[in-house]
Amino acid sequence: MDFFGGINPVILIATLMASAVPILLAALGEAVVERSGVLNLGVEGMMIIGALGGFVVAVETGSPVIGFFGGAVAGALLSLIFATLTQVFLANQVATGLALTLFGLGVSSLGGQGYNGIKPPATGQLLPDALADLPVVGPILFGHDWVVYFSIAMTAVLWWVLKSTRVGLIIRAVGESHEAAHALGYKVNRIRLMCIAFGGAMAGMGGAYISLARVPQWVDGITAGAGWIALAIVVFASWKPWRVLIGAYLFGGITVLQLNLQVAGSGIPVEYLSMAPYLITILVLVIMSAGRKANGAPAALGQNFHASR
Amino acid sequence: MLRLEKRPTPSKFWLYATPPVAVVLTMIAGGILFALMGTNPFEVIRTIFWDPLFGEFAFYLRGQLLVKAGPLILIAIGLALGFRAGIWNIGAEGQYIIGAIFGAAVGLAVFPTESRWIFPVMIVAGAFGGWVWAMIPAILKTRFNTNEILVSLMLVYVAETILAKASTGFLKNPEGMGFPGSRNFSSYPAAQNAFLYEPLGLHWGGVAALVTAVLAYILLTRHQAGFQIRLAGQAPRAARFHGVSPARLVVLCMGLSGALAGLAGMFEVTGPAGQISIDFNTGYGFTAIIVAFLGRLNPLGIVLAGFILALTYVGGEMASTSLGLPDAAIQVFQGMLLFFLLAVDVLTNYRFRLAVGAH
Repeated sequence: MDFFGGINPVILIATLMASAVPILLAALGEAVVERSGVLNLGVEGMMIIGALGGFVVAVETGSPVIGFFGGAVAGALLSLIFATLTQVFLANQVATGLALTLFGLGVSSLGGQGYNGIKPPATGQLLPDALADLPVVGPILFGHDWVVYFSIAMTAVLWWVLKSTRVGLIIRAVGESHEAAHALGYKVNRIRLMCIAFGGAMAGMGGAYISLARVPQWVDGITAGAGWIALAIVVFASWKPWRVLIGAYLFGGITVLQLNLQVAGSGIPVEYLSMAPYLITILVLVIMSAGRKANGAPAALGQNFHASR
Repeated sequence: MLRLEKRPTPSKFWLYATPPVAVVLTMIAGGILFALMGTNPFEVIRTIFWDPLFGEFAFYLRGQLLVKAGPLILIAIGLALGFRAGIWNIGAEGQYIIGAIFGAAVGLAVFPTESRWIFPVMIVAGAFGGWVWAMIPAILKTRFNTNEILVSLMLVYVAETILAKASTGFLKNPEGMGFPGSRNFSSYPAAQNAFLYEPLGLHWGGVAALVTAVLAYILLTRHQAGFQIRLAGQAPRAARFHGVSPARLVVLCMGLSGALAGLAGMFEVTGPAGQISIDFNTGYGFTAIIVAFLGRLNPLGIVLAGFILALTYVGGEMASTSLGLPDAAIQVFQGMLLFFLLAVDVLTNYRFRLAVGAH
C-alpha cells in the first residue's frame, strides 16, 4: 500500500499526528484567547520561549515531563507581558503581539547559547509495544508519546468547556460583548488576562514539543513560523476546538508529505516543497475568508476594554 | 488605588514625550539585563549610544549609521502609512527580499553593461518587485477579505526560500567556483550602489530615504490621500461616509509600503551587502516595525527613530566585538524598546487618577 514513491499511509498518519502537536496545542490556546476577544499575535514568540524553556528544564532536570511544564510556564510568563500591556496599559493588541514575537525570538536566541548540540532526554512511547506493534491501528492509535494524547484530550476538554460550562459562557460573553459582560459584573480584563496566560502556556508547551520531541535539540529560530501557522489555523477553524484539530492534522499531513517527498526525491525541487506549507496556509485562509464578512470571529476581537463606569 | 481615566483629547505633551521616555526606560531595563549577563552595563550603554557618535572610531562609525538607518527609514515610512490606516503589513522583510532579487536580477541579466541607464532601471525593478509581493496580500484582502497580517507574514517564508533558490540557482555567480551567491556588485560599476559621500555613509538608498520622508510628510499633512489614511485609521465609519474606499486604501498603502521595502532591498543588495546571498537580509523588515512606532508613525519622527535603531545596530556590533555582548542581546534590547513604547503610550490617551473610596 505504497503511494507517492514509497510513502506508507499508516506511517504517514502516525507521523502527522505527532508533527501536528505543536501547532495544535498553540492553536487551541490561541482559540481560547481569541474567544475572549483578544488577538495575541505573539504566538510565535511564546512558542519559541516555550521551546527553549522546555529544553533547558528538561536537560537540567533530566525529565522531559518536567520539561514540558517548564515550557508551559515559560510561555505563560512571556504572555503575561502581553497581558499587562494590553489589559492594564490598554496598548494596541496587534503592535504588542508583534513586539512579543520579536522579543521572544531575541530572548530565546540569547538564552539558548550554550545549549546547542545537546540531546534532550527522550520522550518515549506511552503504551506497551504489544499494542503499538498491532498492524495499522497500532502505530496510529497506540504508538505515540503522552503529549499526542494530551493534545487530543485538550481538544475535547476545551470543546466541552467552551460549549457547555459556565466558564466557557463567561469567556464567550467577554469576547462577544465586553460592555454587556461588564454590565453583568464580570471583570472583563481579569478574565482576558487569565485566558492570555492559558494561551501562553499552551503555546509554550507546543514549542517545547518541537525542541524536545520533534527535532529534538535546540536550534536558533527553531519554531520557523509555526506560531503564525497556528494563528492561521484558528481562523481556518472558525474558533472551534475540533476544527482546530482537523486544521492542525491537515497541516501536519502536508508537512510530513512534503518532507517525505523531499527525501524520496520526487523530482520537485526542494525549495518549492519547503514553501508549500506556507502557500497552502495562504490558500486555506483565502478559502475560509472568501464570501463571508465575519466568518464567526468573536465580535469584540482585538478591541481593548476600558471600564468608564 | 490608581485608576485610568480617558483624556478628553490626546495629550500633546505625551505624544512627543513617549519615545524619549521609552528609550530611557529601555536603557535602564537593558542595563539590568546586561549586568545580569556579567558585563558592565554603563560601559555597554556607552558603547552602544555614545561611542558610535563621539567615540574613538566615530569617524568611521558615523558613516555606518546612515547605512543602517536608510533601509530602516524607507521601510518604516511605508509601514507607518498602512499602520495609520489600520492596515497591517508585517511582511516587509519578504518585500525587501523580493525587491532585492528583482533589482539584482535585472542588473545581472545584462552583465557586464556599462550603460548608465541600468541603475535607474534596477531601482524601478526593485520597487516593482516589492510592490508585486505586497499586492498579493492586498488583493487577497480586498477580494476575499483574507487577513493581510498572516498572508504578508507567510510570504516572508516563501520569499526566503526563493532567495535560497536565487543564490544557489538562477542568480548564482557563474564564475563563483560553485559557491552560493550572485556576482558581487562591487566589481560591476554601472550597477553598483556606490557611496556618494563615504564619510557620511550616503548612498542612493540614504538619499531615497530622506526624500521619501519629506514626501510622505507632505502626503500625510497636505494631500487628500493622506487625510483619507488618517481618517480611516481614526474613524473608519466616518471615513466610509466621507467616501473613502477601504479597498483602494488597502491597495494604496500596501503597494506603497511594498515598493519602499523593495527599494530598500535593492539599494542594500547592490550596495552594502554587495551580492544576493542566502542570508543577505538581516531582519530590517521586522526592525522597521519598531522604527515606525518609535517615530510615532510620523515620517519625520521615523527619520529620528531610524537613526536611534541604527545606533543600536552599529553600537551593538561594537559591543559584541569589544565587550563580547552576544548579538541576540541587541535583538532583545530592540524588542524591549517597543514594549516600553507601547506601555508609556497609555499616557497619551489616558491619565492615572487616584481613586478615593468609591468604585
